[in-house]
Amino acid sequence: MERPIRVVVAKPGLDGHDRGAKVVARALRDAGMEVIYTGLRQTPEQIVETAIQEDADCVAMSILSGAHNHLFPKVVQLLKEKEAEDILVVGGGVIPEDDIPGLLEAGISAIFTPGTPTTVTIDFIRENIRKK
Amino acid sequence: MDIKAGLLNNNKRAAARLITMLENGIEEALDIIKECYHLTGHARIVGITGPPGAGKSTVTDKLAKALRKEGLTVGIIAVDPTSPFTGGAILGDRVRMSDLSTDPGVFIRSMGTRGALGGLSKAAHGAVKVLDIFGMDYIFIETVGVGQSEVDIVKLADTVIMVMVPGLGDDIQAIKAGIMEIGDVFAVNKSDRDGAERTAAEIEAMLDFNKQEDYRPSVVNLIARDNVGVDKLLEAIENHRAYLDASGRYRSRKRDSLRTEVIEIFKENVIRSVARLEEDTNVLEELTESVLERRIDPYTAAARLMDSFTENGV
Repeated sequence: MERPIRVVVAKPGLDGHDRGAKVVARALRDAGMEVIYTGLRQTPEQIVETAIQEDADCVAMSILSGAHNHLFPKVVQLLKEKEAEDILVVGGGVIPEDDIPGLLEAGISAIFTPGTPTTVTIDFIRENIRKK
Repeated sequence: MDIKAGLLNNNKRAAARLITMLENGIEEALDIIKECYHLTGHARIVGITGPPGAGKSTVTDKLAKALRKEGLTVGIIAVDPTSPFTGGAILGDRVRMSDLSTDPGVFIRSMGTRGALGGLSKAAHGAVKVLDIFGMDYIFIETVGVGQSEVDIVKLADTVIMVMVPGLGDDIQAIKAGIMEIGDVFAVNKSDRDGAERTAAEIEAMLDFNKQEDYRPSVVNLIARDNVGVDKLLEAIENHRAYLDASGRYRSRKRDSLRTEVIEIFKENVIRSVARLEEDTNVLEELTESVLERRIDPYTAAARLMDSFTENGV
């Protein structure tokens, strides 16, 4: 039997707009994944601890406040410190084009900006998680 | 990663991975549990159940925080439903437990039911063992939101808390023959709402009919969101535990649930053995064909399957 992929969907930072995150969560669920939804205003520490306790294959984060350049890399760095860098990290939200190369450089595997079809996100996660 | 060593050395990643392996039915995980089973039996296991939206996650969050203040460690297993259509799930219980995520003395694991219908996930028993071996003092198991018959929690928990809310009105009548029978402690959450007194009174009235005379479940009014009544709830849990110990019912309750667990594992093994036998022999398919042609009946077919089982020494 194929095991379900486990994805933590998190909203780091202070903006209160989680509609996008919920749409993605729902799409991942419909794609047969187990989505651990954490809710709003999560610190990078909380996200990383959650990913570890939930033995997640992927952390998917959404930010609309502009704090992505700080918070996304912070999550990657904390995962490394916990020897959990095998967990795939992807981000989404309102991310300016110019910021994307830097984020990819920092270890975020993909950035999905508004308008990305959810199938693109789903396929990316399926193809890039580390097989356990 | 050496999972067993990690599990015994307080490594959360190892514990988390072991639970995943159990969920996915990986044989190696069972070997680790077998080797460590003698370390289980320390944790107090508390089930939190009740209808959807009653506040189970919030109650769990507040109970865990109260126990942490006493220096006790807490494991939480939170079960949410898996879609029967896609196999996917939204596991959302952590939303109400955000502050607990980074507490080193707390371990929270969300699980999908993955086809189990009793309000728990199939691997919930295994996850409890992992957290017990991991050294947690208390383990809370939050069931899916229940309706009438999801009573599997009673086979897993020492104490079952039934979380109710005012305003379900006559629903209490409707459900009293099912899940209402398994509550060791009743919590009337959202007690700042109209009808809380009436709900508590209705539960008390229902309890008046109970045959078991040496223990009467407490009914606790609670506003979990504001942390009101949580100490009383904790006290009620401890009272129930004291009763179990003093009356000798703790052992008999454990014996009953372990017997059930052994039978469940046995059944699963039989089913798996049938599948293995079928790979070599096609016995099941031939018997099914005979039943389809009405040459034999299903009972005879099952008996013959049993026979070929013993013949093949499975």
